[in-house]
Amino acid sequence: MPEQPEADAIQIRSVSKVFGSGDEQVKALDAVSVAIRQNEFFTLLGPSGCGKTTLLRLIAGFDFPSDGEILLYGQDIAPLPPYKRPVNTVFQSYALFPHMTVGENIGFGLKMLGRPRAEVEARVAAMLKLVKMEPLRNRKTSQISGGQQQRVALARALAPQPKVLLLDEPLSALDYKLRKEMQIELKRLQAETGITFIFVTHDQEEALTMSDRIAVMSSGSILQVGTSREIYDHPAERFVADFIGETNFLDGEIAGAANGRADVRLGSGAVVSASLPKGFEPGRKVTIVVRPEHAEVVAGDAAQGAALRGVLENAVYFGTDTHYHIRIDGSGIFTVRQQNSRRTAVAHAVGDAVGVAIEPDSAQVLKD
Amino acid sequence: MSRARETEQAARRRDVRLRWLLCAPALVVLLLAASGPLLIVVTYSLLTPGNFGGVVWQFSLEGWFRVFFSRDIFDDTVGFAGAHLDIFWRSIRLALITTLITAILGFPTAWFIATRPPATRPIWLFLVTIPFWTNLVIRTFAIQEVIRNEGLINNLLRWAGIISSPIQMLYTDFAILVGMAYVFLPLMVLPLFASMEKLDFRLVEAGYDLYANRLRVLWHVILPLVKPGFIAGSILVFIPAIGAYVTPRILGGGRNLMLGNLIELQFGQGRNWPLGAALALTLLVIVVAALIFYVRTAMRDSGGQRG
Amino acid sequence: MARSRFAIGRLPGFAMMAMLTFAFLYLPIFTLVAYSFNAAASMTVWEGFSLRWYEAAFANRTVQDVSIRSLVLAVSAASIATALATMAALATTRKRHFPGQTMIYALINQPLMVPEIVTGVALLIFFAMIKVQTGYTGLGYLIAAHSAFCIPFAYLPIRARLETMDLTLETAAADLYATSWRAFRHVTLPLLAPGIIAGFLLGFVISLDTVVITELVKSAGQDTLSTYMLGQMRRVVTPETNAIATLFLLLSLAAVTIFFLLSRKRV
Repeated sequence: MPEQPEADAIQIRSVSKVFGSGDEQVKALDAVSVAIRQNEFFTLLGPSGCGKTTLLRLIAGFDFPSDGEILLYGQDIAPLPPYKRPVNTVFQSYALFPHMTVGENIGFGLKMLGRPRAEVEARVAAMLKLVKMEPLRNRKTSQISGGQQQRVALARALAPQPKVLLLDEPLSALDYKLRKEMQIELKRLQAETGITFIFVTHDQEEALTMSDRIAVMSSGSILQVGTSREIYDHPAERFVADFIGETNFLDGEIAGAANGRADVRLGSGAVVSASLPKGFEPGRKVTIVVRPEHAEVVAGDAAQGAALRGVLENAVYFGTDTHYHIRIDGSGIFTVRQQNSRRTAVAHAVGDAVGVAIEPDSAQVLKD
Repeated sequence: MSRARETEQAARRRDVRLRWLLCAPALVVLLLAASGPLLIVVTYSLLTPGNFGGVVWQFSLEGWFRVFFSRDIFDDTVGFAGAHLDIFWRSIRLALITTLITAILGFPTAWFIATRPPATRPIWLFLVTIPFWTNLVIRTFAIQEVIRNEGLINNLLRWAGIISSPIQMLYTDFAILVGMAYVFLPLMVLPLFASMEKLDFRLVEAGYDLYANRLRVLWHVILPLVKPGFIAGSILVFIPAIGAYVTPRILGGGRNLMLGNLIELQFGQGRNWPLGAALALTLLVIVVAALIFYVRTAMRDSGGQRG
Repeated sequence: MARSRFAIGRLPGFAMMAMLTFAFLYLPIFTLVAYSFNAAASMTVWEGFSLRWYEAAFANRTVQDVSIRSLVLAVSAASIATALATMAALATTRKRHFPGQTMIYALINQPLMVPEIVTGVALLIFFAMIKVQTGYTGLGYLIAAHSAFCIPFAYLPIRARLETMDLTLETAAADLYATSWRAFRHVTLPLLAPGIIAGFLLGFVISLDTVVITELVKSAGQDTLSTYMLGQMRRVVTPETNAIATLFLLLSLAAVTIFFLLSRKRV
């Protein structure tokens, strides 16, 4: 099938999933829609119970949507059983067949598709080389380490050359160092094979580093879809801002608005310039978010004219940076993150009256 | 609804149909050769006995009547069927005593196994279950050899000079008890063991810590906690014991009949199939009653106990 | 000898009672086996070691006949029961409640709940009716009766094995283009194999052991080893019976040992 360069590999159209019946119904997915592009590393990110794994299982075919459509290159695959979909899964528990060797596991999909023995052998060899597991071909899967099992699971899912590869939190069982290595590995594999990857995780750092685009999910809905940068710098909703990285929330009122930007008057009287989503009128009470690294602690005279004023309550040293916790007059704690380079040698003592300066163009108004 | 919903429901229906299909052969065989015939028993219990065994297809309540009552052949007075009632009473009595014996012997045994190091425990369990898997006739035969007049025990006692002439053990109620206890012992040990294995020994430690000596810990802490095992074991012993056939036949001679023997008799020399059917159903009723009692007790207790 | 720790597992007299109980369990069997090697015809006086009773047992035509019948019966019944139980286990495990489930459980477990004498009587009556209609008096009745009786025993280890199997393995197989049947053949079945073999062995031993049902259902001349031995109890017993019993014991022991080894294997 000739594919256009910007074709959508997967289209989710208003998909819902309901479990149980009557009074005990649980809505795992609520009319979710998203389009995933070809050759994309797409991540579904969210806390447990948000529906990301449910959505993945619906794409794989292990369950049926209660409503909506799932299209693979324009074809509705919802009525197809999993063994008829050119989609393969890397399971969280790996699900390697314990009674087969590594080689037999990897070749299983191709064997089921009826490929000739020679072709299967060649593919298995190629896969083993791809994930660097050649010497372990004849080992039983119960005899290899967790990290090795993970790579076998990956090879097994890639061997049949699926159109889409689904990965269900595949790195969650690995230790930190191994996880970092595998993240780089996965990114490389995706680029090399050109297969669309749909990756599920609850680890926002993982999502930010690996993905081309991220869909942030909560309670059965997709809250925002965008690149890592978009999601981090311009979170659409409170949940997204809170879930990704650390952030500060400030209440204010829209003083003036133009061209997608607004002047927001804070409680302290200072005015901060922030990005503004559509549909917000002046006079409206809003919340803006400011990332800790986009603010600076100022002392002395500069503190007088700063956007926020308060008392330094705590300073936590992290090696590479220092987190300052400032109690804002009449408000809560504002966190500032400053890198510990020699230039910022000004030491602020706990108890000092300080001000907080906010970088221009770094604040975002939430859709609340 | 939507196409998606239809697909989901269609798949679910297919799944249920497949499951029924898979079950079907087993269910058919069971219905034909296990459960179904029970209904025929009910029918037969309401028919008239034929002259040479079998039945005459004529409705009669005589079978059920004869279970409990007897009619004097001379003056037609109705009285209780003494012999039958004796047998009922013996069966229930012996089954209960057997349960008691197996409990008394089984409890220390289960405890012993449960307190072995985990590596050797399976071996002990295996040792307890081996006798269970050997043939019932052989096991009963083995007991017979030990307790008969020229058997092991009598020989030992005579050789030691304790007795001068053999004690008659065989063909008594005692013999049946020994035989049944022997046969059903593993059935009491295993559930007791299962309960003890789940026992939280820290509770036992707590008991000792709070000034209870060994005996009191046993009575106040351990026994209540392994009660589910007791109940399970009791049912597993009582039900087969009350329906025992082989053991009383071999060890009781022809005289100490239990319900199982009485039933079989009706299909042999007794030539009274309806009576036999009625007696079999009576046995079934007793068993079901015991089972219900068990389920009630187990449910009632599971609220407060663990394991 | 100082006790280094307070042994909380020790209760007074329990170890001794346990040992006595074990002795109680094994003494009669040992006596039985021991006397099968007795040179004398007596069961009480020991007169030296001899294998004559084993020779007699092997030479005894009736014993050969009933042994073969027992084995044929046991293998047939166990095979049928295992096949049926496997299907039933696949159908009833790992699923939320579906309509009729409790009834199926009741049917499958019925031979365990109902006393053997009652089942035996029921079958006696039922098969008598069929005998009158068809005149068939072959081994079929016994095979049917034993198969039904063995089903719950085969069902238990198969079901246990199925429940501990990782469900995602079959999902993974489906993901990798295996249809339901192929997933079963390549993934489920190999992993289920130890459970199936255990079920077969259990059924085999149970069939060999069954006396009551066999006694009631059999036609003339259809004795099995168990019913033959039951009949021998009434006669003058010679150590030949001991010899037969010992051989029978060894057979059961072998089957049970394999069964135990299989159920300890975890893959």
